[in-house]
Amino acid sequence: MSPHEGAIGSGASVAQTAERFEPRSARRIFVIGGIGLILCGMILGDIFAAFILHPNANRIGANLLAATRAVASHDPQAAGAAFQNIGGLLENRGTKVDAHSHMIGFGYIALLIALLQPYVAFSESAKRFLAKLFVFGAILLPVGVFLIHYVGMAGSPFGAIGWASVFGDFGGFLVWVVCLCELAGLAKYFGARPAVRASDKLLSDRGWAARALLSGGTMLVLIGFLHGSYYAGAHLFRYEARDSELLSAMTARAAAGDSAAALQAVADYGQLQGAKALNVAAHAHVIEFGVLAILLAFFQPYVFLSEKWRRIWVIVLLLGSLALPVFVLLELQWGMLAGGLADVGGFLVIVALFAMLVGIWRYAEKLDSSADVA
Amino acid sequence: MTFSRRLLIFGGLVLAVWGMGYGIWYAVFIEHQTLDGLGSALATGFMRAAENRMAESQAALTDAGSRSFVYVRQVDAHGHWIGLGLLLLILGIAFDQVGFGERTRTYLAMALFAGSIIFPLGVLLETWNRGAGPQAVAIIGSALVILGLLGTALGFARSNS
Repeated sequence: MSPHEGAIGSGASVAQTAERFEPRSARRIFVIGGIGLILCGMILGDIFAAFILHPNANRIGANLLAATRAVASHDPQAAGAAFQNIGGLLENRGTKVDAHSHMIGFGYIALLIALLQPYVAFSESAKRFLAKLFVFGAILLPVGVFLIHYVGMAGSPFGAIGWASVFGDFGGFLVWVVCLCELAGLAKYFGARPAVRASDKLLSDRGWAARALLSGGTMLVLIGFLHGSYYAGAHLFRYEARDSELLSAMTARAAAGDSAAALQAVADYGQLQGAKALNVAAHAHVIEFGVLAILLAFFQPYVFLSEKWRRIWVIVLLLGSLALPVFVLLELQWGMLAGGLADVGGFLVIVALFAMLVGIWRYAEKLDSSADVA
Repeated sequence: MTFSRRLLIFGGLVLAVWGMGYGIWYAVFIEHQTLDGLGSALATGFMRAAENRMAESQAALTDAGSRSFVYVRQVDAHGHWIGLGLLLLILGIAFDQVGFGERTRTYLAMALFAGSIIFPLGVLLETWNRGAGPQAVAIIGSALVILGLLGTALGFARSNS
């Protein structure tokens, strides 16, 4: 077997996989667009975590402290101003998280729809149009959501929704419409009951890399679900009750002139928000990475790398996928050290994903050059 | 295509489309108003406290807590419906590699599908009724998903070995 054959072959033959991955085909747009969206979303998340999340949390804490001091000095205007600042900071934080998570989520959906393309009973030009519409909507929503904080209500005729939000929602609507159309295409395919069903070797690859990603991904999702159930059962309601208690304590103690108790309540409130955010982040990330690993398992026949490097990137991806949520949880005990290690985990996932994208890109180029020669 | 695969693929897509539709409806008609109300209630709580009107302050903070409770669950239901829908779809695509007979695979698929509907529904019901009923619905739903996932992971492992 030649090195190139070895690079391709973990189940699917070149001819069979090439048939579904032609230049400018819907599947290629979904695969490259999907991995691109996931990569951009992850890089945005890393930048957000490193440069915005922690400074933003500190500023929210400082404003909460200012509000509590305003209560102690019986200055309602200052308290209101502090909360206006907090509202802006929360909006800044919330929109960045939304842009990050929607970009990655849409990337996953794109990869999924790519897998289903042989079973969508539309013409290739209609499928290509839907693919482009999906990528457009999937970019429009996070960009719109990202801009909400900066555009605000400027020029908006609506009561509570600004233009950035309108465009973001429209992007989400386009993605939704494409999903509905793909569902209709699937129903049409299965309703028609053709004599010969489309077969897709992508779905039956049983190479080492695909199996490791499939098993590892399912285990990651299971770990995430078990952690989420534990968190919901043991902490969620308790944290919510504690949240209200601490807000009451801040205002009541400050109004009564007991500054020490009020400041302690502010500090405890900050700790509580940190614990909630870290638990939710660990839960969401381990499941997201599990889903990503399962999805990537299907696309291994398109990763045009040697078997050795394909295995290396699979291991790097799974290690990073486990390291990030584990160290995020450990931030409660280990502080910034664990935060740094979690960022390393995230970086490993990004590097492995980028390497697989390069492999897919090489595969696409190989197909295109073969087509040119033919 | 086997029934278990069909259930997971179609069920997953329908659930994801439902979750997205719910999210768009929520974002356009409720979310912004909820967040404005939440911020306003918190600010009112602190401003009334600064004016020494403690009863009004506590009422506003209770209102903020209640709005936050509802907001968290609305977003959770939206996110979990879509996330679980995608998970069903992905597992459905690979479900032939689960190393059990079709009958066991069908049970696993039904547990995953039912759990994926029931779990977020229970979370959402908590916003209307804070009793034990909705929590029990959510727990049953999540238990079904966990059982389904455990069985699927075992099936993949059997297939690999």
